[in-house]
Amino acid sequence: MLAVIGVDCVEDLFADIPDALRLSRELNLPAGMAEQDVYAKLRELAERNVSCESELSFLGGGMYDHYVPSLIDSILSRSEFLTPYTPYQPEISQGGLQVMFEYQTAISELTGLPVSNASLYDGPSAVGAAAYLAKLANGRPRLVVSAGLHPHAREVLKTLSAGFATEVVEVGLRDGVTDPDELAAAVDEQTSAVFLAQPNFLGAVEDLESLVAIAKPSGALLVCSCDPLTLGLLKPPGELGFDIAVGEGQTLGNRLDFGGPSFGFFAASQEHLRRMPGRIVGETTDVDGRRGFVLTLQTREQHIRREKATSNICTAQALNALAGVIYLSWLGRRGIVELCELMVQRTAYARDRLTALEGVTALHSQPVVREFAVVLDVPVEPVIERCVAAGVNPGYPLGGDYPEYPNGLLVAITEQRSRADIDRLVDVLGAAVAQQAAIGATAVGAGV
Amino acid sequence: MSLQGLETAQQRDRARTIFEKSKPGRRAFVGPALDLEPRPLDDLIPAHLRRAQPARLPEIAEPEIVRHYNRLSKRNFDLDTGFYPLGSCTMKHNPKLHERVAGLPGNARLHPLQAPAQAQGALELMFNLQEALGEIAGLAHVSLQPSAGSHGELAGVLLTRAYHEDRGEHRTKILTPDTAHGTNPATVTMAGYEVVKVATNSDGGVDIDDLRSKADEQVACLMLTNPSTLGLFEVNIAEIAEIVHGVGGTLYYDGANLNAIVGISRPGDMGFDIVHYNLHKTFTQPHGGGGPGSGPIAVCDALEPYLPRPQIVARESAGGGGTIFDLDYDRPKSIGRLRGFQGNYGVFVRAYAYICSLGAAGLLEMSQTAVLNANYLLALLKREGVAEYLPVAHDQLCMHEFVLCGTPMKRDLGIRTLDLAKRLLDHGVHPPTVYFPLLVDEAVLIEPTETETKETLDDFAAIVADVLREAGEDPSVALNAPYTTPVRRLDEAGAAKRPVIRQAM
Ligand SMILES: Cc1ncc(COP(=O)(O)O)c(C=O)c1O
Repeated sequence: MLAVIGVDCVEDLFADIPDALRLSRELNLPAGMAEQDVYAKLRELAERNVSCESELSFLGGGMYDHYVPSLIDSILSRSEFLTPYTPYQPEISQGGLQVMFEYQTAISELTGLPVSNASLYDGPSAVGAAAYLAKLANGRPRLVVSAGLHPHAREVLKTLSAGFATEVVEVGLRDGVTDPDELAAAVDEQTSAVFLAQPNFLGAVEDLESLVAIAKPSGALLVCSCDPLTLGLLKPPGELGFDIAVGEGQTLGNRLDFGGPSFGFFAASQEHLRRMPGRIVGETTDVDGRRGFVLTLQTREQHIRREKATSNICTAQALNALAGVIYLSWLGRRGIVELCELMVQRTAYARDRLTALEGVTALHSQPVVREFAVVLDVPVEPVIERCVAAGVNPGYPLGGDYPEYPNGLLVAITEQRSRADIDRLVDVLGAAVAQQAAIGATAVGAGV
Repeated sequence: MSLQGLETAQQRDRARTIFEKSKPGRRAFVGPALDLEPRPLDDLIPAHLRRAQPARLPEIAEPEIVRHYNRLSKRNFDLDTGFYPLGSCTMKHNPKLHERVAGLPGNARLHPLQAPAQAQGALELMFNLQEALGEIAGLAHVSLQPSAGSHGELAGVLLTRAYHEDRGEHRTKILTPDTAHGTNPATVTMAGYEVVKVATNSDGGVDIDDLRSKADEQVACLMLTNPSTLGLFEVNIAEIAEIVHGVGGTLYYDGANLNAIVGISRPGDMGFDIVHYNLHKTFTQPHGGGGPGSGPIAVCDALEPYLPRPQIVARESAGGGGTIFDLDYDRPKSIGRLRGFQGNYGVFVRAYAYICSLGAAGLLEMSQTAVLNANYLLALLKREGVAEYLPVAHDQLCMHEFVLCGTPMKRDLGIRTLDLAKRLLDHGVHPPTVYFPLLVDEAVLIEPTETETKETLDDFAAIVADVLREAGEDPSVALNAPYTTPVRRLDEAGAAKRPVIRQAM
């Protein structure tokens, strides 16, 4: 090969790199390893994690331990889906393109909005993308966001808005849902977009209809950050007057993976079609009249429009979106309703039983589908530690994100948590709270 | 020659979506049994909050779902099947071990809000990956959070903004070369800056005079990739860094082309302040047909305070119990989050497995071989039969990729770069990147990567020569290609004019 190139050694190929810029030593990294040794090393690391496989977990807060059916693993492991690049050559990418078309259809159907893109990175970044669309659409200077949005999504809004010069105003919660009076006071003609969540971070199903009625007259874009799985049961944002629906797609057949990769979805009303971020697949025909699919409306995108693009996104989360559409086909029209209803029943049961415990009260009284919040009479962190030691992870402590609930606990009940699992949670959490209360009482008694 | 009229079995099998295969009453899902006394749904979720009609998802049984997607999979070309020299995308082999380790339950079923004490293996892996990436770039401070190259760019430009504003400076412009990838200027706009283009000189490098004339106190940053999108090492990089730093700007490295220089030269040593990596290029995350990816960034000391949060940190545990890994949120100058949780962790597992497998020597060999393969293929394509139609845009040694120019092909053979690409489809190889970089007319950007054999490169060169020879005899063959693919040339203009972007129901 060197002779064909006309050089003596590989080193000669790097002649353009000035000596001063050469690394004159080997990289300071360990030596390479055999496959079996790498496997052993990574397995050892993985075993130091406590996963939902090795404890009874009630963690939620944006990602949920739903069952991922085997057919998803099987289909996603096919090289033809796993290893191609973005479908720049449609004639040899019809599989991936049709998947995206089906995915867009499913997202449209769930959200009740006619236009869906082919995926974004994740839920919070999709919320950020909606803010940028609003900025392009109306140029107004302020975003109004409910405190019911995922805290990570609210933080992304602040991060990105530093770039496109909008202000972010937060609207607080009352009894677990967006405070309508605060919302009314915050929204005006300067509001670019209003962000509401369904269900919200505290698990509450918001009465979006009344909130939309408050926000709509301002002319701001209304953005619903929603969970696509529970949209199997809940009213779709498109029917409620929202302009945009975004959210985290992990609940549709994607693994937890410590937070990613999953996907974000982005759906909108027709008028925003040409402002959408990311890939969109459209139907067309080939020269012989066969039906086919292509990336379309690319004049929105960075590779064509460059600095005038509606977004900078290029690589997104196609494989994860594929998992999403397989999952929705597997659940099917009736299955998604059955799954949601099962979660509603078990979640109601768990909420009733937990709030019947001494020292545990409901944080709010709103309807819930898969997740609810409680407040403990005692410090929550040591209670969680006790439960974890007993093999039960009771949920996510809310104090970090909601300082007004220092002892709040967010508990998620997916279809993988049976009644027996919930009973065990009740026993373990009840005991832990009681023990903690006893310590508190002793401490007070001792005059500490 | 015409294949028209002859239809392959795959072509005859017309596309039908999963929604069209739906039949009322069919299903795959069997849910867990309800193990408690149900309460009326209306009492739990009032009817006005619920859907009136179920979403019209497909009704279909598992065997048919599997067939449907297997059938679709066969309508995709993929890297495990054939050569994929898509320039700028680094389509190297994706080792199979990586899927196995990413799928271990301790990774795949690890909840993102698990307390750090119960996620020590994951945090250690992330910490080690940060350290390795930092060493590779020559910049010590790494954030794994961004989800792809363009996301890393946004992080990098936003932290440039935070850095300048922290010093009371409100700069307005960012420089990008005219060879830049589209994500660079798009990012600049999203981050609230004005794009100023810098010209390219006749050697394919940054035009230093043009840069000097545009570099002023309003410039926040210069975004560059090195090697450039032309596949050439920017020999004046030290001088460029001096100019940009001289006016107080930062120098950003688009890591899409990092595969050329790992272990050979480090962006940090060249003077770059910010680097993004594409773990789905250089570090073997399978591309998934359009993601997932991951775009970590590394920065110099001065920019460290502005990195996204949380950061993964290592602390010595009190009482000498060894190192403890943690998430650090206490970063008051941080630009904040760009996404949820800790980033695309599953991608980190694969990238880390790759770095462990190759080690220092292997990574060096990776880049050496990538450059060797590119130069070998370039030498083959500079031979008679190809070079007169597809001359190399900059006739010199290349790095990991190179650009050919299709202008003479268009003029002398009457076929465009697009037609060449479409005819290559009939030969079972993926075409190179076409029409990028924009600077080169009828551009063909070829990146073979290090995981291809000499025989594959020989075959590809022979195929290109064949297609050109064939076009010399009858250009209509290429003009009407492809013939053997599941569908033939598609009407993209029609798709955009009357967008149909979901299945009618
Ligand atoms: C030079 C260059 N920069 C940036 C990007 C964007 O990277 P990503 O697709 O990971 O966002 C690409 C991707 O093709 C690229 O080639």
